[in-house]
Amino acid sequence: MQQSEKVPFWRNSRAIEIVGQVLVLAMVIGAIAFLGNNLVNNFRRLNLSFGYNFLSRPASFGIANPPISYSPTSPYIRALSIGLLNSLRVMFFGIIFATTIGITIGIGRLSNNWLVRKLAGVYVEVIRNTPLLLQLFFWYFAVFLKLPKIDRPVIVGNIIFLTNRGLDVPWYEPSWRTGLALLTILGCILVAIVGWLKRIKAIEQGQNPQLWLWLIGVSAIAIILLFCFGIDWVIPQLEDKFIRGGLNLSPEFATLLIGLSIYTAGFIAEVVRAGIQSVNIGQTEAARALGLKPGMTMQLVIFPQALRVMIPPLTSEFLNLAKNSSLAIAIGYSDIYAIGNTISNQTGKSVEILLIIMTTYLTINLIISGIMNRFNSLVQIKER
Amino acid sequence: MFIGRNLKQKVSPWLLALVLLTVGSGCSNTSNDSSNTGGDTEQSSSNSNSRLAAVKNRGSLICGVNGQLPGFSFVDENGEYSGMDVDLCKAVAAALFDDPTKIEYRDLSAQERFTAVQSGEVDFLSRNTTWTLSRDTSVGMEFAPTTFYDGQGLLVTKASGIEKLEDLNNKSVCVLSGTTNEQNLADRMRKLGLNYTPVVFEDVDLLYGAYEQERCEVATSDRSQLTARRAVLSKPDAHQVLDIVLSKEPLGPLVANGDSQWFDVIKWVTYAMIEAEELGINAQNIDSFANTEDPTIKRFLGLEGNLGEDMGLPNDFAKRVVKHVGNYGEVYDRNIGKPFNLDRGLNALWKDGGLMYAPPFR
Repeated sequence: MQQSEKVPFWRNSRAIEIVGQVLVLAMVIGAIAFLGNNLVNNFRRLNLSFGYNFLSRPASFGIANPPISYSPTSPYIRALSIGLLNSLRVMFFGIIFATTIGITIGIGRLSNNWLVRKLAGVYVEVIRNTPLLLQLFFWYFAVFLKLPKIDRPVIVGNIIFLTNRGLDVPWYEPSWRTGLALLTILGCILVAIVGWLKRIKAIEQGQNPQLWLWLIGVSAIAIILLFCFGIDWVIPQLEDKFIRGGLNLSPEFATLLIGLSIYTAGFIAEVVRAGIQSVNIGQTEAARALGLKPGMTMQLVIFPQALRVMIPPLTSEFLNLAKNSSLAIAIGYSDIYAIGNTISNQTGKSVEILLIIMTTYLTINLIISGIMNRFNSLVQIKER
Repeated sequence: MFIGRNLKQKVSPWLLALVLLTVGSGCSNTSNDSSNTGGDTEQSSSNSNSRLAAVKNRGSLICGVNGQLPGFSFVDENGEYSGMDVDLCKAVAAALFDDPTKIEYRDLSAQERFTAVQSGEVDFLSRNTTWTLSRDTSVGMEFAPTTFYDGQGLLVTKASGIEKLEDLNNKSVCVLSGTTNEQNLADRMRKLGLNYTPVVFEDVDLLYGAYEQERCEVATSDRSQLTARRAVLSKPDAHQVLDIVLSKEPLGPLVANGDSQWFDVIKWVTYAMIEAEELGINAQNIDSFANTEDPTIKRFLGLEGNLGEDMGLPNDFAKRVVKHVGNYGEVYDRNIGKPFNLDRGLNALWKDGGLMYAPPFR
């Protein structure tokens, strides 16, 4: 008995665990200390200083289509925030587009229609197996820059102009009337969403969904009317090879948005397909036996169950999209990475800028995965 | 087991933060580590640890160039580099190793160049870079003598009807990011109160590709670059470089701050090419000076005194430079003068009314 208490520490599993963790921690700290020391030495060798004071100095470079007011006299921090807004714009719409296209293609891959199935398959294979950068160059040089030149734009109804300088569309003018109209539109959208949810509930409970359909229809008409007549629009005007007013969606923005959406959709399609196939075939058969049409079967029975499997891999596709948006620099879109690069080049503060950019992407991605995790826990089976 | 798990849960956010920091500083450092493959640990001020020793040990020179700019540094279809900036790399390699081929070229974008020098990834940068105060001080560079006095210009299509700066109102302008051009343009437009759309590219080829597709009416850059790139557009005659000069752009080689011995080498190799032209020595006639009695030329070629050795170079470094690469005039004519029909202008010797002037080799 005495001997068993005297187990040497190298054979004591608890001691080994602790020692192992201490060793790993020491290695990590050592590596950090080494790299940090290296950095400090190099800074000293080059007579450089570390600090963020430079952010308040004037940027003295121009940025096209700034979402908030900006001039070359604005400080670097403002230039960076424009980059951030530009990045967020691409990420936000990119995630929406990629998800929409991805789900469509993913369901298409399982279609009973031979042509639809094969086309979706070709889409996935082509898009997934070519580099994103190449696709971006393709969209930029072979599609968006091949649009009509500025001297002969494509004009739709005298309000929309399409050239290789971008798409110029009417845009609202900030005024109380516009604000009121936008608020009412938001209210109508909420009403429509509630109506949609009620309608699904009504179908599930076997009641007549007709009333809710009417509600949705009325709010849709209200939205359209308010949209056309309630908002003060600024219509783009063509004047001597220049389009004034309205909102300009630059070809660089379009390239990045479309390129990223199409690319990520290829991956999302596979996630969707895998999710749907993970749902037991018996579920489909049961739904059919109850008399649900194929569309309803997908919408009410299969898809909600597939979501449980889909969300974790979907999250990482969203994160990839967010990170891939930094390829903006290759096609001249001023995202945070491109602007950060310019600033680091002008000021020589590469380490500082690198830290800012990394923290930004990290924060954005942590937020995205936080939202998706929350969503994930919402769709999981609730055991009561 | 329980302790282990608890520890892990407590530690994980910290680990995350630590990993973030490591990678953060790692990015700027890894390139530095790779530069030390020559076995040196660089420290400023002590001569034995200068980059000069590291380069000699390595037996080859790592030269940061543009690679996309005809006349300055351009890779042809055989992978051969040529141009004025490249010839400067060759001159340094010739001075060090008597062999202008012992060079590793690194193509750097305008964005990458200073970081590459700061981190020591390249020994020196010969990449049509404008000498400015902030680059010399806060960016931590050390500029060797200017090898090309340039100015910013505008490239437009003849059909566009743009003739002066005021015509740029409401136009799109293609410009390279991270250049002085980007800032000069913003300054000038601000001064004139004009509105313009900058379309900013990171890659030179992409910039002129987009310009040719009429993404922008104007491309702006240094005039030499515009002239060179105009020549390789699909229809050069449809385009013109305007006579307007927006700025002063003195272009030259540079090294990192804090290594004066290595800086001296780059500086005096550059001066050697200028001095050779002034002395009338070129690649063809250099051998005829072997028995010269002129003390200036004797000192210059290393036949007398020990100018080279004092610098840590072979005594005949200037002779090697001229023999392998030629003097400044030859380099200019070969790369820029003849191909693009560009006059020497400011780049003539001081004797001929230009700005090229080498301090005495004494």
